[in-house]
Amino acid sequence: MGVTTIKEEITIKFAGDSGDGMQLTGTLFTENTAIKGMDLATFPDFPAEIRAPIGTLAGVSGFQLHFGSRIIYTPGDDYDVLVAMNAAALKTNLGRLKKGGTIIANTDGFDKKNLRLAKFEDGAQSPLEDDTLEGYDVFKIDITKLTRACLVDTSLGTKEKDRCKNMFVLGFLYWRYSRDLDPTIQYLKTKFKSKPEILKANIMVLKAGYHYGETTETFSNQVEVKSAPLAKGVYRSIMGNQALVLGLVTAAQKSGLPLFYGSYPITPASDILHGLARHKNFNVKTYQAEDEIAAVCAAIGAAYGGNLAVTGTSGPGLALKGEGIGLAVMLELPLVIVDVQRGGPSTGLPTKTEQSDLLQAVYGRNGECPLPVISISSPVDAFYTAIEACRIAVEHMVPVILLSDGYIANGSEPWKFPKAADLPAIEAKFAKERTGNGEHFLPYRRDERHVREWALPGTRGLAHRIGGLEKEAETGEVSYDPPNHEYMVKIREAKVARIAEHIPEQKILNGPEEGDLLVLGWGSTCGVIESVTRDLVSHGHKVAHVQLRYINPFPRNLGDILNNFKKILIPEINNGQLSKVIKSTYLKPVEQYNKIQGIPITKAELKAQILQVLKAN
Amino acid sequence: MTKPLTINPLKAKDFATDQDVRWCPGCGDYSILKQVQSVFAELGLDKDEVVVISGIGCSSRFPYYTETYGMHSIHGRAPAFVSGLKMANPDLDVWMVTGDGDGLAIGGNHMMHILRRNFNVNIMLFNNQIYGLTKGQYSPTSEEYKKTKSSPYGSLDHPINPIAFALGCDASYVARSMDRDPKHLKAMLHRSHKHKGAAFLEIYQNCNIFNDGAFFEFTDKATKADRALFVEHGQPLIFGKDQEMGIRLNGLQPEIVNLKHGLFTEDDLWIHDERDIHKANILARFSEISGLPRPFGVIYAIDRPTYEEVAFAQLDDVKSVKGEGNLDQLLAGNMNWEIK
Ligand code: SF4
Repeated sequence: MGVTTIKEEITIKFAGDSGDGMQLTGTLFTENTAIKGMDLATFPDFPAEIRAPIGTLAGVSGFQLHFGSRIIYTPGDDYDVLVAMNAAALKTNLGRLKKGGTIIANTDGFDKKNLRLAKFEDGAQSPLEDDTLEGYDVFKIDITKLTRACLVDTSLGTKEKDRCKNMFVLGFLYWRYSRDLDPTIQYLKTKFKSKPEILKANIMVLKAGYHYGETTETFSNQVEVKSAPLAKGVYRSIMGNQALVLGLVTAAQKSGLPLFYGSYPITPASDILHGLARHKNFNVKTYQAEDEIAAVCAAIGAAYGGNLAVTGTSGPGLALKGEGIGLAVMLELPLVIVDVQRGGPSTGLPTKTEQSDLLQAVYGRNGECPLPVISISSPVDAFYTAIEACRIAVEHMVPVILLSDGYIANGSEPWKFPKAADLPAIEAKFAKERTGNGEHFLPYRRDERHVREWALPGTRGLAHRIGGLEKEAETGEVSYDPPNHEYMVKIREAKVARIAEHIPEQKILNGPEEGDLLVLGWGSTCGVIESVTRDLVSHGHKVAHVQLRYINPFPRNLGDILNNFKKILIPEINNGQLSKVIKSTYLKPVEQYNKIQGIPITKAELKAQILQVLKAN
Repeated sequence: MTKPLTINPLKAKDFATDQDVRWCPGCGDYSILKQVQSVFAELGLDKDEVVVISGIGCSSRFPYYTETYGMHSIHGRAPAFVSGLKMANPDLDVWMVTGDGDGLAIGGNHMMHILRRNFNVNIMLFNNQIYGLTKGQYSPTSEEYKKTKSSPYGSLDHPINPIAFALGCDASYVARSMDRDPKHLKAMLHRSHKHKGAAFLEIYQNCNIFNDGAFFEFTDKATKADRALFVEHGQPLIFGKDQEMGIRLNGLQPEIVNLKHGLFTEDDLWIHDERDIHKANILARFSEISGLPRPFGVIYAIDRPTYEEVAFAQLDDVKSVKGEGNLDQLLAGNMNWEIK
C-alpha cells in the first residue's frame, strides 16, 4: 500500500470532447469535495459551437475545480492535474498544467484519427509516446477498453457502454483523493431511476475505476485534502446565474410583488430565463419576448402595472434596450436590467467573459440619463446583489442596471444559504386611491429622497398620463418650458445621487486603512484580487483591497478611502473602464491593469503587476 | 372585466383632459378622438380601469387627451408595453393607439407578435399613408411612386396591406373603419371592445396637411357608395348608391355583378362570414384588384384564448401540481452538506 500525502490545495482540469461528460464528472467530483468540507471554486469552459465535430480542438469542453483546506477565492490559475480524454483536450490545456503536474490520459483518445483531428502533424507520434510530456507525471490508461471490459456481460450497446467512460475517470480520481463513492452512487440512483440497466452499468464502472487505482497502484500514493475552516452551517453549491435567479425570486417574495421577467435568449444570460421559468409556483411570470427591445418594454409595462419587473440580457442586448431604459428613467418606474457581460464589441466573444459594458451601463443612453449601476462580484454574491438591485429599484422608483459576467454566471462555489426569514423585506409603496373631489393627483410629486409615488392603473382617482416627453415638475404634464427641463434633468440626477445615502459605506475587504497601494476592483475580479492581496498583506505589504458593488452612485466614503493610499491600481477585464470613471469622478491618477483576452486574470499575473507598481514607488 | 360605474355614468366630455389638443386643425384625429370618448361613455367605462397606450407619431398623442390612465411610450413599441401591462394586470381595459409608421414600420415586429399572442387589447391603427409628425415622408402604406419630401422622384417601396398583414399574423379580429363615418367608427369601436383578444382596427384617417384626400373616394358623398363596401356578418356583399351592386365569388375570384339586370339576385352573392379565414384573405386583397370597392367593417373575428388567460392558467396549474412555492426549500436546493 502506498502512503497518503496531505495537500493544502489542488486544481484539477477535466477536459474532453463535448460528448465525454466532463461537465458532469467535474460537477460530481465538486459535490463530493464540498461534502468533505473543503472550500472550492469552479469554472466550466464550454466550446463556442453547440455541436463542434467530435475530437476537434473546437469541441473540447472543460471543467476546472480548485479545492483546498484553506479558503479558496478563485478556480485557480494553473492545474495540478489534467484529465485529458483525447488528444485535442491535451493540446488545448497542456499550456496551463503546472511543471511536474499530473496527466491522466485516455489512450484510446490518442489514436491516429484523434491526432489528426487535434491537428498534430501528419505522421507525428502520439504525445503520449514521444518526449512532449517529459517532466510530467503521466498516467496512460485505456479507459475505453477498460470500461467496455467491465461491461462485457451487460446487454448494453457499445455506444451506451462508452458513455460510462467518465464514471471510470471519476472512480479513479475518488481513489486517488481518498473519497467515498456513496454520494455519487446516490446521485446516479436518482438520475437513472427508470433505467436500471444504465444505473447498474454506471455504478459498476465507477467502482471499477476506483478499484483500478487501488489494485494497480498507478499512483504511488493517495492524496488527501483536509476540510477548510468554513463557517459552521448548512451549505449548498451554487452557480452565478442560478444565484441570480434565487435572488430575484427572493426579492419578489420579500416585496410581496409578483415577479415579471421579460427576456430574449442570449448567451450567457439565457440560464436566468430558464431558471425563472421553472418557478411559476412562486408567482414568477417569465415572458420570452420577440426581441430585446420588446423584452425591456414589456418589463416596463409590467412595472407600470405593479409587478417587480426585470429584464435580462448581455452586452448587445443592452445596446438594443437603451431607448426603453431611457423611457423608464423618464417614467421613474422601478425596473432591474441584468447584463451578464461577455466579450464585445458587436457579437464579440459570446461564450467568453469580459467587463466591458460598464461605460455602456453608466452612460450608454441618449440625453442626460443617469441610473444606478451595481455589480456582482462572485457566484454567491449574485444572490445578494440581485436582491439589492430590486430594493433600490422599488424603493427609489428607478431603473437599475445589475452587472454580472460570464465568469460569474457559470462559476460555482459553496454557499451557506440564508433562512428566508432572516432576509430584510423590500418596501413597495403604492399611491393610495382618492375618492371625492380632493386636490388633483400629482404623479411627479416627490418625497425627501426625490422619489415619486408608484400609482397603478386601476387605482381609483389617480388617472394620469405618463410618457417619454419631458414632464412638468409635479403634474407630469408635457412641458417644453426651458427652465423646467433643466430642473427635471437635475432632479433626476439628484434622485440617483441621493441613493448614496441609502447604501452602506464602502468597506475595505482586507488590508490596512491607509498604505502604499489600494487595489480597487469590481465584478468578477474579486476572487483573484482578494487572494493576491491577502497573500501580500500577510507578507507585510501595505496593500489593501476594495471591491465595489455600487458603481453609480459610488459609496459616499469612497473618495476618502482613495485619498488614504499613495497609489491606486484598478485591474479589469476590459480596456480601463472603471479607471475612466474613477479618474473623472475623483480627479485622481490611477494605475491600470487590463487583460482583454476573454479569460480571467490569474493570481500570478496580478501579483506580478502589484509588485511592479509597489516597486516603482 | 371593467366595472361599470353605478352612479353618475360618465359623459363623453368627462373623458376629455384639460390639455390643449395639438393636432392640426381639420386633422382626422379629432373625429376619432371624439368617437372614442363617446364610445367610452356609451360603454359606461370607469376611467380608472382604462389605460390608453401609444407609441410615437401624430396619432400617439392620443393618451394625453383621454381622461384615463395613459402612457405615451416610444416609437413602435406600444404593443410590448401593453403586453407587459396585461401580464401584470389582466383586468385593465387597454386601448392601444398607433399609426401606419409606428405600427407597421418601426413597430411592425411588435405588432405581429401582439396579434399572434392575442392579448386582450383594442388596437386602433390610424392609417393616413404618410408620416405627419416628421413632416411628410412616405410611410409603409403609401402608394408606390408617391412624391414626398424624402422621395422627390417617387417612392420605390411597395406598400403593405394592413388588413392582410394582420390576418397573416393570425389576428383573432381584423376590422376597418374611417374617420369620416362617425356612426360606423363608433359601431366598430363597440365591436372591438366586445371582442376578447387583440382587436385590430384599421382606421383610415385624413392628414389634411401632408396627404389630404388620400381616402376621399371612400369618404366623399359623391363616390362613397360606389367605392366603399360595408360588410356585415351573415349579409350579402352589396354596395352602390341604390344598393344595386353585389359581389359574388366565381371560384376564388371576386366579381362585381349588377342586381338590376335580372341576371343575378342576392342569392348569388357572397355572404359575409366573419369566421371564414379564406374569405377574409380575399376581402383583404380587394384593395389590390382594380374596380373592386374597399371593404369596411369586421373582416374577420374568431374566438381564441387570450395570452393572459393561458399565462395565468399555467401559473395556477403549476401551483396546483407543485404547491405554493416555499422560499426556504428553494434556497436550500436538493443537495446540502453541513460544516460542523
Ligand atoms: S400632420 Fe397630419 S396627421 Fe399630423 S396632426 Fe397634422 S393633419 Fe393630423
